[in-house]
Amino acid sequence: MHRYQRPGTSVERLATSLGYFSIGLGLAELLAPGAMARLIGIDDGSQQRRTLRAFGARELANGAAILGAPQDANWLWSRAARVSAAAAAVAGVAALDLYSARQLQQRRALSRRETRSGVLVEETTTVNRPVEQVYAFWRRLENLPGFMRHLESVEQLDDRHSRWRAKGPAGTSVSWDAEIVEERENEALSWCSLEGSRVRNRGTVAFGHAPGARGTELRVTMEYAPPAGSIGRGLAWLFGEEPSQQIHEDLHRFKQLLETGEISRSDGPSLRRPARPRGTVAGKPRLAEVRR
Amino acid sequence: MKANCWHGTGRVRVEDVPDPTILNPRDAIVRITSTAICGSDLHLYNGLIPTMRSGDVLGHEFMGEIVEVGGGVGNLSVGDRVVVPFPIACGNCLQCERELFSLCENSNPNAWMAEKMWGYSPSGIFGYSHMLGGYAGGQAQYARVPFADVGPIKVPENLTDEQVLFLSDIFPTGYMAAENCNIQPGDVIAVWGCGPVGQLAIKSAYLLGAERVIAIDRFPYRLRIARERAGAAETINYEECDVRETLRDLTGGRGPDACIDAVGMEGHAPGVWGAYDKVKQSMMLESDRPPALRQAILACRSGGTVSVAGVYGGFVDKFPIGAIVNRALTLKSGQTHVQRYTRPLLDRIQKGEVDPSFIITHTMSLDEAPAGYEMFLNKEDECLKVVLKA
Repeated sequence: MHRYQRPGTSVERLATSLGYFSIGLGLAELLAPGAMARLIGIDDGSQQRRTLRAFGARELANGAAILGAPQDANWLWSRAARVSAAAAAVAGVAALDLYSARQLQQRRALSRRETRSGVLVEETTTVNRPVEQVYAFWRRLENLPGFMRHLESVEQLDDRHSRWRAKGPAGTSVSWDAEIVEERENEALSWCSLEGSRVRNRGTVAFGHAPGARGTELRVTMEYAPPAGSIGRGLAWLFGEEPSQQIHEDLHRFKQLLETGEISRSDGPSLRRPARPRGTVAGKPRLAEVRR
Repeated sequence: MKANCWHGTGRVRVEDVPDPTILNPRDAIVRITSTAICGSDLHLYNGLIPTMRSGDVLGHEFMGEIVEVGGGVGNLSVGDRVVVPFPIACGNCLQCERELFSLCENSNPNAWMAEKMWGYSPSGIFGYSHMLGGYAGGQAQYARVPFADVGPIKVPENLTDEQVLFLSDIFPTGYMAAENCNIQPGDVIAVWGCGPVGQLAIKSAYLLGAERVIAIDRFPYRLRIARERAGAAETINYEECDVRETLRDLTGGRGPDACIDAVGMEGHAPGVWGAYDKVKQSMMLESDRPPALRQAILACRSGGTVSVAGVYGGFVDKFPIGAIVNRALTLKSGQTHVQRYTRPLLDRIQKGEVDPSFIITHTMSLDEAPAGYEMFLNKEDECLKVVLKA
């Protein structure tokens, strides 16, 4: 089927501009291979120049073929389509290259689901310590702010009840009460915020033996409901944009504390500050008693 | 104190920064006497390692005197003379228990950054990007050393700084590269890259019983040092001849039993391959240029081992996986588990079996670090290794 392609359509303009681009690139490679080599950052050696000249000749031929094509509509269409398809393929592959590299580098949260009542987060780590020690450390809830960055304090009110205080935005803090709803020693600990709490949350920490004397596997499952208004914003700030990332880092610090007795401290903990000693030690060191 | 700081591609500056302080009980502070510029520092200098920030203190090869210890460091005292391994390792995690110290699970506080790049995080490293811990480095007058009860090794007074400094990185790195070759009697080993690590890999291959070592580079002075001081049996200048053909010729058509890549992510190659990688790297379509690694894989004897000591950071193209699979090659790599090697290699130095100081070509003051980087990068004045006196 013949399809008439009007002059001046986008396809033709693309083909024409590609033709001129090929001629320009070809001439540059042919006549000034040294400058081209420097432009694209390759060595300016005799062999590179020879290679670039060869590329240049090929580009010139391509460009001439594109521009010198007879104005037969069908022919132009097929040629232009081929050229633009090739160009699109090259650009597409390049973009795909970058995209797939990025995708490969993304770390997916173990689980982060929006549920009807809020956000569900699941994270896990292995601690090279006996399960009894890991459980006992976590069960003493006052220890939690030692590795959970956004917690200010946890106060044990009685055996089952505790009061939690977390840092909010701009120096504020939010507080809520929680109850331990299930406790199986060295196996699992479940909590739930009390009715009327401004921050509704519940979760379970499960403890188990890692195989082959690898210590303790620990899994945190947490669900929370961000309330509306300023507290909601506070909570969003509390867990960051990606709560699973926050909990992931908290668990890494927990592991450090139990395995090494301290939390590793960077000189440049974020990209905002260079890795160099600080003039004054910011913040108090958070060290908890750990038997090693 | 004075410290050599990174300020972007091709820019380092010695400036005044605050003195380090003890932040954790297992920290120690070292007053640095000698420090060195590593080939891998040039990857930072060339802007190829992500998560660097202007002002970062560089340097991961250093030694000196303990001036302060935290309450949790029982085995070191003020005044001890120590060499500090470049990977920071806690000694408590599963990886450390298996002596895989460069994979310590606890020493990288910024592990999440490395996890985004590589899936899991290796250990923290001094002065080597934020994703590897954001630790201030050792091209400075002082450094804070975390887990000082695990890493630093005391060195005797009768050995000079120059003899023991390279226990911090490149001697163990060259040694592990050779050890990874699982050298058997009669084995011929080929080493790509005659920089400091390559030279010490050649030396180590002989220490571990290699029959012959063949060294490959493009700088005649480096090939000369490989022959005269590291003891390479033959050298190949890859700009002058076909490396694979020459290796085949030198090994009776078998190929080297093991190949060591001591080049890493900024390899050069003549011709189209070199241009291909440079274009792809400059367009950010591959992060690393692997011509040496490709060649090592293709040159290796069937069933042999390719040991990668050079640093690679991300992704490469045209990786000859077909040769690895169909010819049953073993690929071994890793940042060096330095803490595993410091004691046995110090013993070898003390016994006089090896003196790694043969690679030093330039000694400068810390103030001259920027000039040292330029000289090392451009191979000026036959530069092979720069030691800085803090």
